[in-house]
Amino acid sequence: MLRRYLALTHARNMEFLRDRASLGWNLLFPLVMVAGLAIIFGGPPRALFKVAVIGAGEPVETSAHPFLATRYAEFYSLPADQRDAAVAKVGRHRLDMLLDLGTPPRYWINPESPKGYVLERLLKAAGGPSLEHGAVPGRPIRYIDFLLPGILGMNMMFSCLWGVGYVVVRYRKSGFLKRLNATPVRPIEFILAQLTSRLLLIMAITLVVYVGTDWVIGFRMEGSHALLALVTTLGALAMIAMGFVVAAFVTSEELAGGILNLLSWPMMLLSGVWFSMEGSQPWLQQLADIFPLTHLVGAARAIMLDGAGVREVAPQLLTLSAMTVVFLAIGARIFRWRAD
Amino acid sequence: MSAILEVRNLIKEYPGVQAVAGVSFSVAAGTCFGLLGPNGAGKTTTVEMMEGICRPTAGQVLYRGEGQGAQFRAEAGIQFQSTALQDFLTVRETLVLFHRLYPRQADLETLIDLCQLRDLLERDNRKLSGGQRQRLLLAIALVNDPDIVFLDEPTTGLDPQARRSFWKLVQDIKAQGKTILLTTHYMEEAYVLCDEIAIMDRGRIIAQGSPAALLAAHFEDVILTVPKADFQPPAQFDQALLDAGELWEVSTRDIPAALRALDQAGASLRRLRIRERTLEDLFLELTGRELRA
Repeated sequence: MLRRYLALTHARNMEFLRDRASLGWNLLFPLVMVAGLAIIFGGPPRALFKVAVIGAGEPVETSAHPFLATRYAEFYSLPADQRDAAVAKVGRHRLDMLLDLGTPPRYWINPESPKGYVLERLLKAAGGPSLEHGAVPGRPIRYIDFLLPGILGMNMMFSCLWGVGYVVVRYRKSGFLKRLNATPVRPIEFILAQLTSRLLLIMAITLVVYVGTDWVIGFRMEGSHALLALVTTLGALAMIAMGFVVAAFVTSEELAGGILNLLSWPMMLLSGVWFSMEGSQPWLQQLADIFPLTHLVGAARAIMLDGAGVREVAPQLLTLSAMTVVFLAIGARIFRWRAD
Repeated sequence: MSAILEVRNLIKEYPGVQAVAGVSFSVAAGTCFGLLGPNGAGKTTTVEMMEGICRPTAGQVLYRGEGQGAQFRAEAGIQFQSTALQDFLTVRETLVLFHRLYPRQADLETLIDLCQLRDLLERDNRKLSGGQRQRLLLAIALVNDPDIVFLDEPTTGLDPQARRSFWKLVQDIKAQGKTILLTTHYMEEAYVLCDEIAIMDRGRIIAQGSPAALLAAHFEDVILTVPKADFQPPAQFDQALLDAGELWEVSTRDIPAALRALDQAGASLRRLRIRERTLEDLFLELTGRELRA
């Protein structure tokens, strides 16, 4: 039994070690992982709460109010003229709290936000000058209303990337692509066909999840369904096309899996699915802007929470369209039919 | 007859290996041209370069006097040695898929009957026997009503009956005036199907011509075979004797003399057979190696 077990282990080890692409990837991946962790968790411990402060100096002077010494909360300074915008962000769960230490001193929280509730208790317990409770205008937005567009987008992202990336690599490995290469089919025709098929599937699934979730918990939809459908379609197209860049040349499933993971994890963490990138370092926000998911989730939230129209989400629509075209062009250019 | 396909000084190198080492020949329209050779001789590499699937390191492939362009892709039918198809599709769906990829289309119903797929149409393409699968792959190679058909070892792994029924199919296709390029390591197959053959070994063509002409050029003798149990060759035996496993083979141009010699040497002639020289013998003669080794 031991001999058979060892023989199989050895054979699998040799297969792995001789698959150069996978091996290289597996050597590279720990380095990427360490770098990623260093970026995300390096420096001061990650804050649990995000608080914007007006009138306490730049950077925020801890002495301005005892509450500002609270640990695990990130206080960042804001000029007074951005107060209204910041109040709106509190309403959208992009900020947990806004403090204005001018006259009269005031604070804003979202009544639907658990974090806001905790911060309010901490503020009151901290002592120091008392602050007035400012009102967030409009109907309060629940955290789930904020989260839902992100979760739908993330679900789409996984389906887009893996559904084409992995499947096409398998076709290449099995030789099905080689057989197609012997016909008059051109790479762009093959790519567009796969893209259409995946798009139909994703749109159907997303529609079911959307309707189902609305039926079970109900969520906020301020804008136009047609515009939301357009944004969703463009977002899905951009992410499928991104998957095709990987699928265009990779010949090993292991390598494809690795690269797809490398794309999907940062997208999941940095595209604002779970938490807003508000107050993050500018370069991190710029990095997030290269991901289609950032623009999809941003536009979907604007439509669903704020009732944004075409004009407001035009930048995202254009960005997603441009990404689709660029990714498809790269994919068609570097497309390989054969595994060897 | 004009050449439909011409190969000039084709070379293919892989790191450390020269798979095809300078091959030239031309295929006349309407004929069946056979590339023969043992496994690893370079047949598949040569054919894949001719199909435009694999880029030659050096040399040229000309289809109707030009490079393999869109016209070639539209007019060539290709059956690989092993072909993966899309999963979960039935035989009919698979045929329809490939049928729609071509500008010129054969009549599917005729093709289904020709390749005897009528009873298999609704079956998942992964659940076909070896012979059924080869017939489907041949039908796929014919969906565009091609002028030239490439068949790369189409009968390898088939049982003798399936092989013979496949030969019949190939002959039917040839009767339609199509040019066929066939690779095989079965000499009998080449003898039955091909008008002209080129024998490849280690990346080169070592003999070329019609099967009958090749045999006539290399052999004037016939072979007498006697089971080893029936014959103990004496030390001085004046006939050309070959060791063929279970048999002794005597090569001769004078059958009565050979028979007398065997009789005088005490052989039992009860199970003696006489056979003509085959392409197998030719390959052995040319390379000193067994074809299927």
